[in-house]
Amino acid sequence: MAMEMRLPVPRKPVSESLGRETKKHLVVPGDTITTDTGFMRGHGTYMGEEKLIASVAGPVERVNKLICVKALKTRYNGEVGDIVVGRITEVQQKRWKVETNSRLDSVLLLSSMNLPGGELAEVQAVFSDGAVSLHTRSLKYGKVPPSLVKRQKTHFHDLPCGASVILGNNGFIWIYPTPEHKEEDAGGFIANLEPVSLADREVISRLRNCIVSLVTQRMLLYDTSILYCYEASLPHQIKDILKPEVMEEIVMETRQRLLEQEG
Amino acid sequence: MAGLELLSDQGYRVDGRRAGELRKIQARMGVFAQADGSAYIEQGNTKALAVVYGPHEIRGSRARALPDRALVNCQYSSATFSTGERKRRTHGDRKSCEMGLQLRQTFEAAILTQLHPRSQIDIYVQVLQADGGTYAACVNAATLAVLDAGIPMRDFVCACSAGFVDGTALADLSHVEEAAGGPQLALALLPASGQIALLEMDARLHEDHLEQVLEAAARAARDVHTLLDRVVRQHVKEASILLGD
Repeated sequence: MAMEMRLPVPRKPVSESLGRETKKHLVVPGDTITTDTGFMRGHGTYMGEEKLIASVAGPVERVNKLICVKALKTRYNGEVGDIVVGRITEVQQKRWKVETNSRLDSVLLLSSMNLPGGELAEVQAVFSDGAVSLHTRSLKYGKVPPSLVKRQKTHFHDLPCGASVILGNNGFIWIYPTPEHKEEDAGGFIANLEPVSLADREVISRLRNCIVSLVTQRMLLYDTSILYCYEASLPHQIKDILKPEVMEEIVMETRQRLLEQEG
Repeated sequence: MAGLELLSDQGYRVDGRRAGELRKIQARMGVFAQADGSAYIEQGNTKALAVVYGPHEIRGSRARALPDRALVNCQYSSATFSTGERKRRTHGDRKSCEMGLQLRQTFEAAILTQLHPRSQIDIYVQVLQADGGTYAACVNAATLAVLDAGIPMRDFVCACSAGFVDGTALADLSHVEEAAGGPQLALALLPASGQIALLEMDARLHEDHLEQVLEAAARAARDVHTLLDRVVRQHVKEASILLGD
């Protein structure tokens, strides 16, 4: 097993030039946001003796009469229509408890699941392990902060490199090899227990390292950013992607390509 | 104690500080990626690490869940190499339990627990090097860690220790000053409102002097707040730059 050790190096401060022009009003808990009582208070604030005080550290967001402070890191707060990836933690009589990196465990009622031979409603979530096994063992799911997953129309992406990614809104990401046959009946599931080929596994590990490097540099995750990062990482070996200088180089390239693409 | 004067005639302490002067404080947030929130603080030679998980579902006995607020669970641990002599501490010994309880009382006062009913917030603090003022360093580290996790709090909780020697109140005691045996007081403060989250003292102090010592501790805690405030603002600024929009 190869090992690499390095001495600590001082962190480079983030340069101001990377940021956009807008100056945001940043607050920390205990700061008074405003003494004007006309505003409605949203998340991240509380009322204390005639003043609106912040309760988390972050930028203040104002939407008409609503003031809220968006914390940098929070647990996932569910919203209707979100796609989430979770792990079953408990099996109760009529329902399963699913761990989804939110404040409380989510609940999935058995009656809303589609098991083979049943004619019930479509599955609303994707599972790993537990009794319902959708894909083979070699698949990985990793956790990233939920705030880094961009909200999009669809969260199921088939990347041209041969793997597919499901970006859960709760920060859990599921990477799996693209299944070859796509004509399976909608709503059913196939227990696919064949071993995954080495080439597919390499693609998956490379993707996983790319996602990890995007997260350390705090970039938003969506199919384009992941794809660009994957392409930028091709000249390097998979295990080198996690080295700090390689990570920076790849992410810088990704950032540039995204900026060029925008305008 | 012969030969060791805690406060010289010119007003200098053993390490060269003035009576009300704090030790150098350096802190960093977000040191662990896996935890929801984490922070590391150095106050002089005292080093403490805090890690926060939550709010999450209550593990273990479901009966402990409170229907209207979150449960705050604090654990204190001291590394074997943290003191001058290597001392192996068992988990759950008296001092750790007491510290854990004090930290829990402090943070239950500061965290807005009503916003997360039936969930649990875990705060784990570890002291890596103990050179006096361990409770204060733990509280300060835990405050930064809770902020890093995005858990809503009423205000910062800033803590500092204070003692009394030769008619003068000393702020931020080091190990040498604590071991000398004089009265010492630990204060945890919510700076914006001036409310006291926890005040702890177990020594003999004349009530005439209490006011003075309390005042010194409060002033020192406010100085700590200035420093922690700067650290948090810098961290938030960097993070929002990287995040872009």
